[in-house]
Amino acid sequence: MNGPAAVVGVRGLAKHHGQGQSLVRAVDAVDLEVPRGQMLAVMGPSGCGKSTLLHLLGGLERPSGGEVWLGGRRVDTLSERALARLRRRSVGFVFQAFHLVEELSAAENVELPVLLAGGSRREARRRAGRLLERVGLTGRAGHLPSQLSGGQRQRVAVARAMVNDPLIVLADEPTGNLDTAATLEVLRIFEELRTAGQTLVMVTHDERVAATADRLISMRDGMFADDTYLAGSHGRGLGGLIGLDG
Amino acid sequence: MQDAVLAMLAKEPSHGYGLRARLRRSLGPLGESMNPGQIYVTLARLEKAGLVVGERTDGLPERPERKVYALTAAGQQRVSAWLSEVSWPKPDLAEFHLKLAAAAAARLADPVELVGAQRRELLRRVREAQRAALAEPVGSPAGLLLEGVVLRLQADLRWLEACERAWSSTDDEGEGA
Repeated sequence: MNGPAAVVGVRGLAKHHGQGQSLVRAVDAVDLEVPRGQMLAVMGPSGCGKSTLLHLLGGLERPSGGEVWLGGRRVDTLSERALARLRRRSVGFVFQAFHLVEELSAAENVELPVLLAGGSRREARRRAGRLLERVGLTGRAGHLPSQLSGGQRQRVAVARAMVNDPLIVLADEPTGNLDTAATLEVLRIFEELRTAGQTLVMVTHDERVAATADRLISMRDGMFADDTYLAGSHGRGLGGLIGLDG
Repeated sequence: MQDAVLAMLAKEPSHGYGLRARLRRSLGPLGESMNPGQIYVTLARLEKAGLVVGERTDGLPERPERKVYALTAAGQQRVSAWLSEVSWPKPDLAEFHLKLAAAAAARLADPVELVGAQRRELLRRVREAQRAALAEPVGSPAGLLLEGVVLRLQADLRWLEACERAWSSTDDEGEGA
């Protein structure tokens, strides 16, 4: 199942909570492959299991059943330590509430994953500088998170997620705390990542955010209700959106 | 289109190509599919209706015989009426609603699947509008229009969700009976 093109793959993946009468199948035996360079969005009502799926893909939670493969390696059977190491090096996380360290500057927040993965201070500075430039925040490198807007904070978080050159970026409601303008800021960065071939899976309840992805999976009750490739025009051109085509 | 062209002439008399340039600035990528001749057809109709008057001018050597259009008194009145009008284009929901009901009644198609296909189509449109919005510079007038397009599509998607829920439960009842 896990051909060379798939960055992440799961088979029969399940996550159950509770037991007996109160058994909840948060993720109920799903199969999924995400090819390299794909941007995948997962949508669904709250409680449908989409966040749990994301946590399972990134090794933040252990499955109750099934297999998780990342970069050609089976990861659900790894020890806690090996899994933590893999997460640090191969997975970048972006969260709704940014999860930046408030006492550290933007640059220091981005440097942190490099240092945790065993990189030198110099290497960390070099990489962080490059990533902050990529997200357009070179001029804010010395600012604390509290001195940044919501959109800027999330851009720092995306830089941090990217700094170890991960196999995959996992984003959980990345625009959930942002207004329209800040949402566009983050989507512009995602678009740049997409063009650069970064594999990315995001969970969102916002159709406009999901629609920027290449592929959209809708979840209901722990299962995939729909799996659609969005690329390709609806065939009427942009003018058709406002009725200009008559 | 006629009303928008009239309203643009309220600022000052203008050539057809000047109006066309202003339309394209406001619409951005959404105006790209506009037929180049459309503005002249519209102006000719307005002239015939007595709402504008076109006067030939000498123009530039390379563009001889340009017509400059100006509002007539009737045109002015129509612009005022248009600006104070509160009509709003009605989204075409009834047709889809009836399609679902008819498909289910005649067992021609599964309404839930029809909803799914419609949803995918709308998502593709959201994608197209959203990508065009991302390509616009911050604060462009066309960006604001694209924002409106996306928000309306989102409202339609929300209604489709309600349709899906309703028709899914109808299914269950049908099987149970």
